[in-house]
Amino acid sequence: MSAPASLTEPVFPPLAINPELVRGILVGFIKNEVRKVGFERVVLNLSGGVDSSLVAFLATEALGKDNVKALILPYKDSDPKSRSDALEVVAQLGIRHLEIDITPQIDAYLARVPEADQVRRGNKMARERMTIAYDQSVAWRALVIGTSNKTELLLGYGTIYGDMASAINPIGDLYKTQVWQLADAVGVPTAIVQKAPSADLWTGQSDETELGFQYRMIDQLLYYLVERRYTEEELKRQGFDEAFITEIMRRVRENQYKRRLPVIAKLSSRTIDRDFRYPRDWGR
Amino acid sequence: MSDNGRLSVALAQIDPALGDRGRNLERHRQWVEQAAETGASLLVFPELSLTGYFLKDLVPDSAIQLDSKEMRDLAALSTKLDVVLGAVIESPDHRYFNASLYFSRGELLHVHRKVYLPTYGMFDEQRYFAPGDRFRSFATPFGRAGMLVCEDIWHLSSAYILSLEGVDMIICPSSSPGRGITTDERLGTAESYALVCRTYAQFLTTFFLYCNRVGFEDGANFWGGSMVIGPNGDIIAQHQDADEALVLATLDLADVRRERLANPLLRDERLELTINELRRVWHERTRKPY
Repeated sequence: MSAPASLTEPVFPPLAINPELVRGILVGFIKNEVRKVGFERVVLNLSGGVDSSLVAFLATEALGKDNVKALILPYKDSDPKSRSDALEVVAQLGIRHLEIDITPQIDAYLARVPEADQVRRGNKMARERMTIAYDQSVAWRALVIGTSNKTELLLGYGTIYGDMASAINPIGDLYKTQVWQLADAVGVPTAIVQKAPSADLWTGQSDETELGFQYRMIDQLLYYLVERRYTEEELKRQGFDEAFITEIMRRVRENQYKRRLPVIAKLSSRTIDRDFRYPRDWGR
Repeated sequence: MSDNGRLSVALAQIDPALGDRGRNLERHRQWVEQAAETGASLLVFPELSLTGYFLKDLVPDSAIQLDSKEMRDLAALSTKLDVVLGAVIESPDHRYFNASLYFSRGELLHVHRKVYLPTYGMFDEQRYFAPGDRFRSFATPFGRAGMLVCEDIWHLSSAYILSLEGVDMIICPSSSPGRGITTDERLGTAESYALVCRTYAQFLTTFFLYCNRVGFEDGANFWGGSMVIGPNGDIIAQHQDADEALVLATLDLADVRRERLANPLLRDERLELTINELRRVWHERTRKPY
């Protein structure tokens, strides 16, 4: 399979960004949202992919290298390149890191459920990494910083309470193709920006193969659908294939639950998040 | 103001703490001191500078009443220079307003209650606030002024009404969250506000003071960019960045007269025609079948 042309093909113009402007806002966001809740540090799961590498770069710029800890948590089937790419980011930034092979704890559970398919196994790994990140956040008095981008969040291409879990997320409003632009601008190694996106939950896994479409096409469709609120008819007139539109719209709709807190049965006059509405930054 | 008709203004582009009135009052005191040291005669704070913006259910807890000790504390900020600040005002019948207050010489001179409460996209103001019902100018020691809070200026009629009252300056405290990333150097919101503020200043031949806040609330960033614009539409001073800053400018108040001589747009306004046409439009609208 050919690598995605993340840097070589022209960017879809409406999703082209001024990286310096975005970088300034996101660095400010990390500083502000971490410090005003009484923290100085963040931990993140660094997979060696472009999303978590970008977040590591932004967090280091915001908080300083001594205040960022990268967790590198490979499983035995993980691509060794993921680990080496993550270590390269750690070395380049000079940040702290902790490496734990999660194979024993994953396999201890999987031995009990040998029938578990790839999705269940992948979810288990994502959630195992989450529990380690949250444990380290207490041990090191740090916030867990998230690495899910807007494309993934909209498509639900992530594990709820796994890689989707975090305290703050600086890149959740950037589409994947915008992540590529920003990552390139802030100095994420080109090899990381250009490699085929993968959740690396099993050998040879590829986002674009699994999703069935290329990110640059998905992002174009999402731009018209989400940002511009085009109707299905208008999307077709825009030249998008009907099956493509249907599938992406289905994913966005069916994964809405992953983007919300659990549904609470309403009983009282002030139910949390329905009519008990306070800002998260209450008093900060 | 000095005798030569010049006014030193300061815009306090600050980052208020969300829902912490005590801390914000203390910070207002510090900014007032700092502005007074520069010799400024008028200091403008952003919208809801005393409380922060995305208050949600904190609105009632953050409110103050016009006849209260809290209000007297605020008035006391204006002994050395005039002060405009933003607060939640609770009326005696327990309605809550997003208000801008003008204090002068230790007294409350004018209150503007925000009329246009954005309730779309990321905004939810009508859920928590009651709307104001008037645009009124008022006399200050430096000429006639009018206040518009943030979204108010996105309705042409608001500034137009103030201009027909003969204002020398429009003061716009704002809490505008930044959004709209493109390849441009600035956010879409920053571009739009600069366009709107400069257009008003030039079309209405009035000074325009725009004070926007900075900082983050629940992930939303406020882009700052506070600016002072002359009655010819030129930007006299601006702080482009999104950090806390005191933006200083000296206004030659006679520029309004000069601009209105060169461009007598206000003289040539046809108020009666406008009223008649608006009345006609209103009648036609209300008579239309659904």
